[in-house]
Amino acid sequence: MTTLVEADCVSRFYNKQCAVNDISFSLKQGEVLGFLGPNGAGKTTTMQMLCGNLAPSAGQIKINGFDIVEQPVSAKRYLGYLPDTPPLYKELTVEEFLIYCAKLHGLGPGDIKTAVTHAQERCGLSGVSRRLIGNLSKGYQQRAGIAQAIVHNPPVIILDEPTVGLDPIQIREIRALIRELGQDHGVILSTHILSEVQESCTHVQIIHQGKLVLKETIAGLHRHMNSGLIKLASHLAVPVDALQNLTGILSIELITPHIAHIRHDGNHNPAEEIAETVVNLGCGLLELTPIKKSMEEVFIQLTQEAGADE
Amino acid sequence: MNNIRVIAWRELKTLFLSPVAWSVLAIVQLIFAFLFLSQIETFNLLQPKLATIEHAPGLTDIVVIPLFGNAGLILMLVTPLLTMRTVSEERRNKTLALLLSAPVTSAEIVLGKYLSVTTLLLIIVALTAIMPLSLLIGGTLDIGKFAANVLALSMLVLAFASVGVFMSCLAGTPTLAAMGSFGVLLLLWIVDWSAGMRDQHSELFEYLSILRHYQTIQTGLLASDDVLYFIFFTIGFLLLSCSRLALDRLQK
Repeated sequence: MTTLVEADCVSRFYNKQCAVNDISFSLKQGEVLGFLGPNGAGKTTTMQMLCGNLAPSAGQIKINGFDIVEQPVSAKRYLGYLPDTPPLYKELTVEEFLIYCAKLHGLGPGDIKTAVTHAQERCGLSGVSRRLIGNLSKGYQQRAGIAQAIVHNPPVIILDEPTVGLDPIQIREIRALIRELGQDHGVILSTHILSEVQESCTHVQIIHQGKLVLKETIAGLHRHMNSGLIKLASHLAVPVDALQNLTGILSIELITPHIAHIRHDGNHNPAEEIAETVVNLGCGLLELTPIKKSMEEVFIQLTQEAGADE
Repeated sequence: MNNIRVIAWRELKTLFLSPVAWSVLAIVQLIFAFLFLSQIETFNLLQPKLATIEHAPGLTDIVVIPLFGNAGLILMLVTPLLTMRTVSEERRNKTLALLLSAPVTSAEIVLGKYLSVTTLLLIIVALTAIMPLSLLIGGTLDIGKFAANVLALSMLVLAFASVGVFMSCLAGTPTLAAMGSFGVLLLLWIVDWSAGMRDQHSELFEYLSILRHYQTIQTGLLASDDVLYFIFFTIGFLLLSCSRLALDRLQK
């Protein structure tokens, strides 16, 4: 797998205000990296630096081996970028606009037509290709913005909040498109919607006040979400004494006589033994589910931890 | 080079899709036609007197030179309105990100914008030049002097446009860009007026004045001094525009 994006100790200051503080990460082909953070965390600044719209105050960014500051033209050949406000010329039709973008990225005259048709199909724009962009709805404008980022088939696609302003069905389509793009491209997307990361990304980074507080795969994120709690519901009263003797059980909290929250240590999952015990005692097992922390809770916990460290 | 063409073509398309380019062409042409006809009228009135003078000023001196002189002044008012949008509107509409993240250099962006505006301005110059040429049907023109006037006006609008594009790179809104470029152009136009007032005579101000260089070429005297002034003026402001646009990435 080739490394497409390498960010090394990147910082950015606006006057004395630090927007991005010493961030390092990399992106390989076939990865979809989700940039997660509250408003004003530095997501957009980071993306603007990756795309060469802003120069970093310190650190180095390489796109496919080319430094974005030293060799901007070579580096930008490998980039497709959707800024937070889609850069659309409202007086052009969708097709004219995409042809312009394709030419701007140096596509030859022979390839432009197929590239534009393909991008329109992928983003569901075929039906509106001859309409003026200014007359389209917000959702279609957003799609035109995405089409603009992928029309030249770049290895690296950077999308800043791609699903803003879309309806739920469009959001689902765009997420599917992002997953599809992620198979043979490297994709970076930013969002403050946590479920979006779960659905479309392979890797996740949480950024808070300009610092990276978490850098994980989606599986790693799920581990973070594991709270070590199991919810047990039974037909008869929960056999607390029998369960207490099982290995790995830390505590049992009865919510009602029939429902208990069992806390166990993280290394050992006692679900199998619990089920066996309850069934053997004839208590009538109704429910046994691990309680997961929501993404929101993980997010809040991590950002608060980062705040407490300072 | 290809990128410059692509950017310029898009820009021209926008200009001609909106009523901007058409109304500018129509209004400017109407005014120039009025000026042209009034100069012809003047010539008709003066003709009996001129016949008695030796080495009298000809048709070219009475019609072409005042027409192009006034055209220069009017285009000084029009150019800032055409150039103001080029960069500052893209910055305001956030479409500049498209150009900044595409594999094109700042110079290519600036030259693309510049090329689109100058194309429209040179169309205006060409349309202006056609009017005196129509006099060839019934009269004679001093073709050399006429060509010098066309060249002078062309160089003048190229210089105007470079200031306009630079101001557009500098300003946050199109209105500000228009005000800025109009201010600079007007100041450079009138900078040597103080010299004529008394015996105060500033060579620097005289050299800086666009008007003076323009009028010298208009008389048919094509001195390298004046041509170089226009060339350096234009290139200078274009270079400033490129570096200002590159600075966008550093500051904010």
